[in-house]
Amino acid sequence: MISPELQAMRASMFAKRKRINYVATALALSAMAFGLFWLAWILLETIRQGFAGLTIATLTQMTPGPNEEGGLANAIYGSLLMVLLSTCVGTPIGVMAGIYLAEFEPKGWLASVTRFVNDILLSAPSIVIGLFVYSVIVHPLHSFSALAGVVALALIVIPVVIRTTENMLQLVPPGLREAAYALGAPKWKVILSITLKAARTGVITGILLAVARISGETAPLLFTALSNQFWTSSLSQPMASLPVTIFKFAMSPYENWQKLAWAGVFLITLAVLALNVAARVLTRVKN
Amino acid sequence: MPATPVVEKTKIAVKDLNFFYGKFHALKGINMEIPENKVTAFIGPSGCGKSTLLRIFNRMFELYPEQRAEGQILLDGENLLTSKEDVALLRAKVGMVFQKPTPFPMSIYDNIAFGVKLFEKLNTTDMEERVEWALRKSALWGEVKDKLHQSGSSLSGGQQQRLCIARGIAIKPEVLLLDEPCSALDPISTAKVEELIVELKDDNTVVIVTHNMQQAARCSDYTAYMYLGDLMEFGATEQMFFKPTRKETEDYITGRFG
Repeated sequence: MISPELQAMRASMFAKRKRINYVATALALSAMAFGLFWLAWILLETIRQGFAGLTIATLTQMTPGPNEEGGLANAIYGSLLMVLLSTCVGTPIGVMAGIYLAEFEPKGWLASVTRFVNDILLSAPSIVIGLFVYSVIVHPLHSFSALAGVVALALIVIPVVIRTTENMLQLVPPGLREAAYALGAPKWKVILSITLKAARTGVITGILLAVARISGETAPLLFTALSNQFWTSSLSQPMASLPVTIFKFAMSPYENWQKLAWAGVFLITLAVLALNVAARVLTRVKN
Repeated sequence: MPATPVVEKTKIAVKDLNFFYGKFHALKGINMEIPENKVTAFIGPSGCGKSTLLRIFNRMFELYPEQRAEGQILLDGENLLTSKEDVALLRAKVGMVFQKPTPFPMSIYDNIAFGVKLFEKLNTTDMEERVEWALRKSALWGEVKDKLHQSGSSLSGGQQQRLCIARGIAIKPEVLLLDEPCSALDPISTAKVEELIVELKDDNTVVIVTHNMQQAARCSDYTAYMYLGDLMEFGATEQMFFKPTRKETEDYITGRFG
């Protein structure tokens, strides 16, 4: 039998805990509401303004001059091409470096240095990367080019993919590796057929998030691919892209350009949203 | 020096084995002879070095650079620690099943075919036969024969562990090392695995680490009691359980210690 004093103390302590709980819950809820409010506003504004400017011509016609009819076809194409190429260049490098860090020498000095440099790259402002590529590719070749844009975007993809690949591989239980080694499997086989396979949804998610990140990057393209009013597939020519076109058009005083900028913003938001949803779905399938 | 049992034929002979985790001296001058086609159990309190010893037999410890073994382990008379033979070929001869079930991220069929493919080129029919053979042997065939192409992780814990045993025996090892194979299993699955262990000794030499005294008594022919990196006593299981020569062994087995 508990004494009345103990019972009273328990009741008062419990009441106090409950009060603290209410306050904490209220604080957390209001923080969430504050964040969601701005996010929802951005999305609504994008849809309202962007959807209005969106027509068939947006997808089929070239970027127009001031006060002319036109669309964003060349910018969309340029963005798709440069994002695709830089992902194709950056992904294998990133995945292989991630494998090295997680599987080969996780504790060596080379791995520590790589990890440190990678962290710097990961958080480097993208304008720094843009200027760097400008000085090593654009300036010596005396020409803005899509190639330089691809290099700049790939430099953003690589650290993201390295980081997620390494993290995802580290999540694979060591027992799984040991079990494969215990069957006499060589290291490359263990990595390719077991660890990488076990981590594949995570790795693919990382790649998708990297793609989402670069499809909205403006700064690295501003000094590298620049922009182009016409359709071009040549990598040695300047190439239009959605973010740079948005930047240019949104700053302009011409109403048709501003409308197109909003349409572009809508398209990019839609694409990034789709990529994020895809990444989500993939992770869910795994679990 | 612990008594070494009189054996028919020695499969693995351990001679003056010392083992280090970095600076920690984990096994101290172990000598023992593990007989062929018998089940040998390692018992002892946690941290005594039973699993450590087991993991030297297939050179698993070499995955971790700070771990080091000194001495000799003769497998059929040849020292496997200094052997020129590739470690993969050793592991084809000395298979291992771990405490936690570790199905590979692939189908039940591929889980078993994975190891076989590393060492043998089999046509589809032969491979199917091998997979069935391994699954029958590990008492899993009846439960999975209609879903061989489902993911291995869709099975229950006990089934997963039997899948891991099937995977281990599919490459036809001579020695099978079992590191607490039943610690994550329910009593029914445990009974199935124990039956399997007794059957396995027709073709294999089995070494099992266990925390379960009854398990050691039920399915092993020889038992080794280890304590703090020393081999305290090694002998026929009956003798170890009914009249152990050392008091420490008796205390541990009867539950007065450990």
